[in-house]
Amino acid sequence: MQFSEAWLRNLVNPALDTPQLAHALTMAGLEVEALAPAAPPFNAVVVAEILSAEKHPDADRLRVCQVDVGEVAPVTIVCGAPNAAAGLKVPCARPGATLPGIEIKVARVRGVESFGMLCSTRELGLEGAADGLMVLPADAPVGEDFRAWLNLDDTLITLKLTPNRADCLSLQGVAREVGAITGAEVRLPQIQETPARIHDTVPLHVSAADACPLYLGRVVRGIDAQAPTPRWMAERLERSGIRPLLAPVDITNYVLLELGQPMHAFALSRLNGGIEVRLARAGETLELLNGQTAELAPDMLVIADAGGPVALAGIMGGQPSSVERATVDVFLEAAFFAPAAIAGRARRLGLSTDSSHRFERGVDYGATRQAMERATQLLLDICGGQPGPVTEAAAALPQRESIVLRLARLKRVAGIELDADQVMRGFGALGMQVERQGDSLVVTPPSFRFDLAIEEDLIEEALRLFGYDNIPAQPPAAPSRMLPQDETMLADDVLRQMLVGLDYQEVITYSFVDPAWETALNADARPLPLANPIASQLSAMRTTLWGGLIETLRHNLNRQQERVRIFELGRVYASQVEQPMKLGGLAYGDVQPEQWGATARRVDFFDLKGDLERLFGHALDSRRGAHPALHPGQCAELWAGGRAIGWIGALHPRLVQAFDLPAVPMLFELDSQALARRALPRHAALSRFPLVRRDLAFVLDIHTPAGELLTALREAASSQVRSIEVFDDYRGKGMGETQKSLAIRVVMQDTERTLTDREAEDAVQKLIDAALRQCNASLRA
Amino acid sequence: MRNPNEIVADALAAIQASPGLPALEQVKADYLGKSGQLTELLKSLGAMPADERKTAGARINEAKQAVEVALKTRRDALQQAELDRQLAAETLDVSLPGRGLAHGGLHPVSRTLTRIQTLFRSIGFEVATGPEIETDFYNFTALNIPEDHPARAMHDTFYLQSGELLRTHTSPVQVRYMQSHRPPLRIIAPGRVYRCDSDVTHTPMFHQVEGLWVDESVSFADLKGVLADFMRNFFERDDLPVRFRPSFFPFTEPSAEMDIGCVICGGAGCRVCSHTGWLEVLGCGMVHPNVFRHVDIDAERFVGFAFGLGVERLAMLRYGVDDLRLFFENDLRFLKQFN
Repeated sequence: MQFSEAWLRNLVNPALDTPQLAHALTMAGLEVEALAPAAPPFNAVVVAEILSAEKHPDADRLRVCQVDVGEVAPVTIVCGAPNAAAGLKVPCARPGATLPGIEIKVARVRGVESFGMLCSTRELGLEGAADGLMVLPADAPVGEDFRAWLNLDDTLITLKLTPNRADCLSLQGVAREVGAITGAEVRLPQIQETPARIHDTVPLHVSAADACPLYLGRVVRGIDAQAPTPRWMAERLERSGIRPLLAPVDITNYVLLELGQPMHAFALSRLNGGIEVRLARAGETLELLNGQTAELAPDMLVIADAGGPVALAGIMGGQPSSVERATVDVFLEAAFFAPAAIAGRARRLGLSTDSSHRFERGVDYGATRQAMERATQLLLDICGGQPGPVTEAAAALPQRESIVLRLARLKRVAGIELDADQVMRGFGALGMQVERQGDSLVVTPPSFRFDLAIEEDLIEEALRLFGYDNIPAQPPAAPSRMLPQDETMLADDVLRQMLVGLDYQEVITYSFVDPAWETALNADARPLPLANPIASQLSAMRTTLWGGLIETLRHNLNRQQERVRIFELGRVYASQVEQPMKLGGLAYGDVQPEQWGATARRVDFFDLKGDLERLFGHALDSRRGAHPALHPGQCAELWAGGRAIGWIGALHPRLVQAFDLPAVPMLFELDSQALARRALPRHAALSRFPLVRRDLAFVLDIHTPAGELLTALREAASSQVRSIEVFDDYRGKGMGETQKSLAIRVVMQDTERTLTDREAEDAVQKLIDAALRQCNASLRA
Repeated sequence: MRNPNEIVADALAAIQASPGLPALEQVKADYLGKSGQLTELLKSLGAMPADERKTAGARINEAKQAVEVALKTRRDALQQAELDRQLAAETLDVSLPGRGLAHGGLHPVSRTLTRIQTLFRSIGFEVATGPEIETDFYNFTALNIPEDHPARAMHDTFYLQSGELLRTHTSPVQVRYMQSHRPPLRIIAPGRVYRCDSDVTHTPMFHQVEGLWVDESVSFADLKGVLADFMRNFFERDDLPVRFRPSFFPFTEPSAEMDIGCVICGGAGCRVCSHTGWLEVLGCGMVHPNVFRHVDIDAERFVGFAFGLGVERLAMLRYGVDDLRLFFENDLRFLKQFN
């Protein structure tokens, strides 16, 4: 909410300068978002009248003016403006004036001495048409300081109000608040009742009394809608960001700003019969003041006449019944619409109006009659006319229940004791009725405070008035208990650090992606679509981290990065109940950064697999599998704890082409939670006896996975066998076309004694038998 | 018998002249070997008369010793020279860079989150998490934000076509945690949140950390104490000014907004703090009784405070990042600045 500081000071004028006032408001919870001068700085500009304007003897486009600046004798000013003419009142900068960007001196213009400058709006840095001189009204007082006359030494204050403080959406409300926080006296406008002079009324019927507990109407006949809006009113409206339009409309806007009561003026002649306040009927439409035709829903409250809706209650009036220049008779409306009956409706229609903004948050139902009288008074003053009586349809208005504030509770929540008398005085200044009952205060909030309903609300008010800054910041006392540390759980932070140690850079990509990526990576993917995405490429919830990783790769390749190793730890989304955390990684380019003394080699499947084994040990089992995004021959399904938990492989060549990548990235994605649980280390006795190594070369079918052989061997291994590892995979010369040789190193050791040759041979023979039995693998001759 | 002294003289000359260890061993064989000159001389002693044998024997032994000493000296010298040569040959240019993998790094948001968690854990806050696709109940209703409440307009919410939504804040974790845990409790809940907003100062996804402390005696003064302590430790500035202003959040009452003195200009006024000298860094307040009611915690017996802070904002202030959007472009040149 924006308003003129001068207007506020007219109602309450604390002994604070502008920055101090702004600080006081901010610290009371009415955050001052901006302070802006009403006009840029300039000085020595007065209201002047052009007495004569003669053509310059030596210049066609210049005129030599005699100007009355309020001194004894007129002054001569040479002026180039095309509209300079005798009789005009204009702003005149005197010699010595400083305007935005110009200093004014006595100067000789083509041989004629000029004592100042007649100004356009642009030269003064004001808004408005820049063509020619700024023309002032005929009643402008010649000789008066221009800034003082237009109250330009004013500041526009913009408050960023929180939704609970609807009571401060008016000058009266802000003034009341300033009075309470500064102790300054508040002088609200005196509002008199205007007695009826005619008997005309419009019949009222409220069918939705819950939604509209109070509706006031008044006919005023014979107004001059074209009467000029007084300058003081126009100025206040403009400084609140409202453009003056037509006096009756300006008056309702002014009352809205002054008292916070949204009002509406209907053209009486356009109303067809009586007024009914009711819910809209299905299929009804209304052409609104902004030209939009609203399709009304049955939960929208309308003001209707015999012909249907004429206004959207509390939101916006209708175009057909709006006041125009030719309007003579008006019907004024001031009502209280319940917040619940208005809230959300404007938004659904794509509207946000000053009226709906206030009604949604709560308008003071105790001031509706005052607002009607205020508007009447202003209308009669400005536009003339004959007022009818105020007609009223009233039902049960909200009641402010009294609230008990226990001083002990206040102390407990605040953390310090507040002086009860001071709290009571503050509450009183905020318009509450307060009564002390023993150790409690019984408080009845005023009708304009919709945010005070429970004890906690009063605690906030008490602390707010006391000043949050005056409450000490104290380190809390709590029992010292250590946080549990689950040693067998691999924490995400540790996992991240391990990846960092393996030369992966962490990235964070958006959770919503281009659905096209999703289906490119997996034709069966059914990513959850957003109902209101900000862009089509961010319109579906990801089901894999790979899309974001590949996009990050592309982004960086476009910035001349040649080696990209990245990971992301984040969720993928299947449904509200299924949003698992995944670890995804991508490696592209050389396995090591380019360096001296090392042969460059591109990262491959086994580099990535090795990285995963370093992270998770051998808990991870890779099995052949097929994933639509991965190269069918360089792809493995990752298993752990008896279930499939992820994938590793080279991006499918088709996708390498589709994503326009110069080379193949290696990818993995797995359910890191499934691997997070690790066994607690358990010490086993160290053997003092020698190790026995045996190297075995098995010949087996080229399609039999090494993992199968290793599993067979490990399952058959006797207790002395410490490890069984592959140390070579040989194919080619000396092997059949369909054969390969796997070299296996077996290490044996007993904890009790030295193994005899015989025992070692027996153990090895068991392995050889198992290899033959389960994998059809024979020892190489 | 040949004069041993002459033989010694020859031997010493040969030793000095030997260019390397193999030649020196040959010299040793020539004089001291099985059929070396001095050995032969010793063998000839047997043919000597007994009275001469003793003196001749002594002279030959002296000669042998002299040769052995010379051999050892020469051998040591040659070995030293050999070692020196080897060392010289093996000398590296130690200024060349080391080899191997490079080092990755954490994303600055992760780094900041870790820092925030470490600080709060140090005073006993546990870390809790919750889903990012949320229901209206957890994101709004349970937090005392009913349908059509104007506060909903403060949250530009992303909805799924299924009607669920992307959480607009980490506050739903409060509710979920309190449903399954009883006070006293002290948690922070870090995570991704979403708002339907994208411009120079907004990204549609960002991170928050929610904090919650519920116990029988927790006060607004404690809230101020914890948060001031956090900010001063986060920025490592014991003299960091902080201030609390009344504000409004439906799920806290009283509510406050916390400002810190601008860490960019030191309070003098700059573009970052809009020339106010203050930076708004978080929202906080005492848990609203309606929130306790939704999770069946006795609001009379327990009091709590909650806060929510923006992680990117703190990261920007801490590391001098001037464009929020950089966090999600994942340009490696940007990310590596934090390694």
